[in-house]
Amino acid sequence: MGNLNMEGSPKTPTINFDESTGVLEVKGRSIPENSVEFYKPLNEWVEAYGKSPKSETIFDVKLEYFNTSSSKCILDLFKLLESLNGNGTEVKVNWYFEEDDEDMEEAGEDYQAIISLPFKMIEVEEI
Amino acid sequence: MSLKSIYELYQAMERDHTMLSFKGVVTPDLLSSVLQIMESKLNHVEKSNKTKKKVYNVLVECLQNLYHHNENIQEEDGINFLFSKSALLMISKNEGNYEVKTGNYILKENSEDLKVKLDDINALNKEELRVLYKSVLNEGEMSEKGTAGLGMIDIARKSGNKLEYSFLPVDKKYDFFCLNVKIN
Repeated sequence: MGNLNMEGSPKTPTINFDESTGVLEVKGRSIPENSVEFYKPLNEWVEAYGKSPKSETIFDVKLEYFNTSSSKCILDLFKLLESLNGNGTEVKVNWYFEEDDEDMEEAGEDYQAIISLPFKMIEVEEI
Repeated sequence: MSLKSIYELYQAMERDHTMLSFKGVVTPDLLSSVLQIMESKLNHVEKSNKTKKKVYNVLVECLQNLYHHNENIQEEDGINFLFSKSALLMISKNEGNYEVKTGNYILKENSEDLKVKLDDINALNKEELRVLYKSVLNEGEMSEKGTAGLGMIDIARKSGNKLEYSFLPVDKKYDFFCLNVKIN
């Protein structure tokens, strides 16, 4: 199936989903008008990856910010990864947020409360 | 419109410390341009990253509300195409407080639902808003247009103030919905 690499734009994040390492990275901002359209290939890739995943899957979320339409799509992506967890792979989430960005920190905590995957909250100077 | 009123309009905007004002059809391109302009303006005038992000976030949600909402009316009523697709957006900064104001036509039948929703949101405190957001995020359904029903809740959270709004009757079918979001 290959890796999924998408270059970021002013409205969409950079995507680097690596099949060989099991590291899935979302980086930048996510504010498209219709997020469903943008996130569809991500879900499809994860579904395909789930058929023969690496023993460890790392989901690196490095979002500067996202709109509410994206927040729902991100949750769906988390739910998909949750369903893979324990089925041939251990899924871990790294949630990055910028210093003093309580909003993004809270957003990560909210996902953590909904999704039963191990979350690591990582504060960085700049995303 | 008389020539004198151009100056009056200018003065009114100056008085309100307007950073940007737009009236017209909200398209994805317009949305991108406004966000780009506002991002660079905010980088100039606002030192706090936190505030910058909050204002930007509110702006994104407000613009996307205008975009999605007006699209809806266009589908339902082709005759009023230009009339209903046109919206107003104003951003101002006054002594450290930002205000994002929007105005758009809304079908009367949708006014009541929105009013109830806004009143519900305004009745909640910070922590209750977070709980509501989480439950809508987890249990709410995504609409065909990709809207999640979270926009106003998010705007209220980022604003930290009560949402000021009003529905002005226009004719039998439409109201004009005015929203003022204050960000400290």
